[in-house]
Amino acid sequence: MNIAKTLVMAGLLAFAPAVVASPAAFAQDSATAIGNAADSAPATAPAEAANAVAPAETAAAPAAAVPAPPRLKPTEGVGMPRPGEITLQEQFTDTGRQARWIHDAVLLPVITVICLIVLALMLFIIARYRRGANPTPSRTSHNTLLEIVWTVAPILVLVVIAVPSISLIAEQYRPAPKEALTVKVTGYQWYWGYEYPDQGIGEFVSNMLPPEKAVENGEPYLLAADNRLVLPAGRPIKLIITAADVIHSFAVPSLWVKMDAVPGRLNEKAFTIEKPGVYYGQCSELCGARHAFMPIAIEALPPAEFDAWVRSQGGDPAGNANGEAPQTAAAAAPAPAAPRI
Amino acid sequence: MTTIAADPHDVHAHDHHDADHKPGFFARWFMSTNHKDIGTLYLIFAICAGVIGGAISGLMRHELAQPGIQYLHSWAMLMDGPDATLDQAYHLWNVLITAHGLIMVFFMVMPAIIGGFGNWFVPIMIGAPDMAFPRMNNISFWLLIPAFLLLLGSTLVPGGTGNGAGTGWTVYAPLSTSGSPGPAVDLAILSLHIAGASSILGAINFITTIFNMRAPGMTLHKMPLFVWSVLVTAFLLLLSLPVLAAAITMLLTDRNFGTVFYDGLRGGDPELYQHLFWFFGHPEVYIMILPGFGIVSQIVSTFSRKPVFGYLGMAYAMVAIGVVGFVVWAHHMFTTGMSVNVKMYFTAATMVIAVPTGIKIFSWIATMWGGSLTFKTPMVWALGFIFMFTVGGVTGVVLANGGIDDALHDTYYVVAHFHYVLSLGAVFALFAGFYYWFPKFSGRMYNEVLGQLHFWVFFIGVNILFFPMHFLGLSGMPRRYPDYPEAFAFWNQIATHGYDIMAVGVLIFFINVFWSLFAGPKAAANPWGEGATTLEWTLSSPPPYHQFETLPQID
Repeated sequence: MNIAKTLVMAGLLAFAPAVVASPAAFAQDSATAIGNAADSAPATAPAEAANAVAPAETAAAPAAAVPAPPRLKPTEGVGMPRPGEITLQEQFTDTGRQARWIHDAVLLPVITVICLIVLALMLFIIARYRRGANPTPSRTSHNTLLEIVWTVAPILVLVVIAVPSISLIAEQYRPAPKEALTVKVTGYQWYWGYEYPDQGIGEFVSNMLPPEKAVENGEPYLLAADNRLVLPAGRPIKLIITAADVIHSFAVPSLWVKMDAVPGRLNEKAFTIEKPGVYYGQCSELCGARHAFMPIAIEALPPAEFDAWVRSQGGDPAGNANGEAPQTAAAAAPAPAAPRI
Repeated sequence: MTTIAADPHDVHAHDHHDADHKPGFFARWFMSTNHKDIGTLYLIFAICAGVIGGAISGLMRHELAQPGIQYLHSWAMLMDGPDATLDQAYHLWNVLITAHGLIMVFFMVMPAIIGGFGNWFVPIMIGAPDMAFPRMNNISFWLLIPAFLLLLGSTLVPGGTGNGAGTGWTVYAPLSTSGSPGPAVDLAILSLHIAGASSILGAINFITTIFNMRAPGMTLHKMPLFVWSVLVTAFLLLLSLPVLAAAITMLLTDRNFGTVFYDGLRGGDPELYQHLFWFFGHPEVYIMILPGFGIVSQIVSTFSRKPVFGYLGMAYAMVAIGVVGFVVWAHHMFTTGMSVNVKMYFTAATMVIAVPTGIKIFSWIATMWGGSLTFKTPMVWALGFIFMFTVGGVTGVVLANGGIDDALHDTYYVVAHFHYVLSLGAVFALFAGFYYWFPKFSGRMYNEVLGQLHFWVFFIGVNILFFPMHFLGLSGMPRRYPDYPEAFAFWNQIATHGYDIMAVGVLIFFINVFWSLFAGPKAAANPWGEGATTLEWTLSSPPPYHQFETLPQID
């Protein structure tokens, strides 16, 4: 009873200070608490239904002086899952290929061999030591050498795994260079918002394409989005990821990117896409009813075409907008050209 | 195991003449203080909850058989009325995944493996007449009933987009706070509180019993490994559940009383909830599997007719798993945006767990090495456990790598991993223990042919069900999705066939249970022969209502 009492008391005591000092604990290095994520509602009205097409004002906007490059067609089986696939998607970032190599060349062989060893030992034992083959059991119950071996051997295997694994983590956390393109990604229930503060492109919303539209475009349903996140290929990119309501997760398997979008925090993910193309992903943290219906579609363009796209959005490709009033930029500046759906 | 030379006849000779006097039905089953009756109640409860949780997974698996929404909308109309929207259908999906997870963890595996087998056999194995606190034991069980009713009831009240709590079993804030208006999540949280209180009381009871009520000569280092496993598990429960209680209490106050513990916009932090939850949640997975380790150790030793190889190593490997299990929690949070050093630490610490787990696998193999094996149903399940747990364990090593987890986190690879260690690990251990001890607690033998058939059908079924999920996860299919792109159709369809095969296996199990309960041949005190050396086999089958009124002497 005393134990129970102590626990209850400890629980009550632990509570008192927690209520007074609101816990800002666990703030981590790469994430900064911010205060106004909820206020920064997307400039364009959130589309209400999952099958709403482009935001209305986008469609109504006058054509900009600079035409946007044509919407890139995805390559079947690239940047998206393949039917009946049994392994990781092809990778298009440095760290992605490194990580995939660790999985395919280190982890998968090691775990396969371990399973086969255990299976072989068991099959041998079942055949050799069944009662019919071995009526009198031995009484051996200790073998110090053997026990040391099967403790030390797994440690060595783990060290072999840990070396590339830890250096992969170091690589993945390498900060983006100063000239990297910064895009702010915001998760909403249930769509994504993308904003280019340095280019002065205000936040636009990316909704899932309805099935007919996806088919018409030759894109996979549930992966295709109306307004894609347009990025340059071959240039370092820094995504600043957050959310406005509940936790979402920004994930693109073919770029080895998965980073939670947490309200009140800014998470950073740096990478460089090696090849132009369309790369699909899906929200990867349970975020409510339409969790499965807020896909991510990245369109990686050659740098020149990307700059053209930035201009077509009324942005500054040189990146000198310095985050100046991107909110108003979207509303006032020439809105995106013709919808690229 | 160590040699225990208690002769069955000695024990019987000492039994009091009215040791088998049982109270009337109501007093016996509703006011029970007898550890065996409470164990039986736990097992019956766990089987009922398991049927419900398993049926829910069947609904989900068939919805996922093909891309597109098959049945979900019509189920939502059944639940929420004929004008249920598609969004309510999607919310129902989240309610189903939440209910499946919570039911299987808190109301199936834990009650069966700790409440059921722990209650039944821990006192007997240490030569004690009962648990230390028999009445507390009773309330531990009866708290589960309101907890379960609260969880089931939560599906009938509003929880945001539709009825029920659609937060996932992890109940992450802020989806569970600002994201889920309505009383459903409150009911689910209260359900967890009560189930947690039940488990804490049970843990206190087990620890007290094992430390204070061992028969003369039953030193800690002579205890059967199942008792060791329950002891370690009880400590994990005692240390981790209060943290869960704190975490979900703060959820409640955030939801209802205006606190901002988890509100990132007002000085709190949603990550705080995840840290607290997984500080409980990771030990929780060992809570579910450690008693399974204990059961498998007893069975492997019995059917090899050999003492367990490396007994001390086996016992302290479980202690090590328990201790290390408390310092690896954030590997469930690799994608939350933690700092590089934290991620490296949790990667390394998590991999360490593979070492004591490896010791257990190799020691089971060494126990069988040189033995004289018979392949009765419990042994077949134990062998299945060892191999399937190995498969589930190695994918855990893959996921432990923080850099690799960036691709696999929250995909079907994780679903495959934890179903291999739970649905093919813990559940295999449950079936192994059930067949092993069925003669003891029912007094009748199960049907061997049906038992073997159950194993093979279930084994094939769950492998077809869960192995393709590795492929789905590697190619990027996220968890908790009611619909998926066409590309994932093939393996989802295969997995659904696996579910159907598994369901046939469960049906065979129930046929076996009912047939054996009513028509099974009477079981001897020890149906397993000389390999079965623990004290429960020195008692009659079923044991007298009160055993060990004169304590057995262990040498």
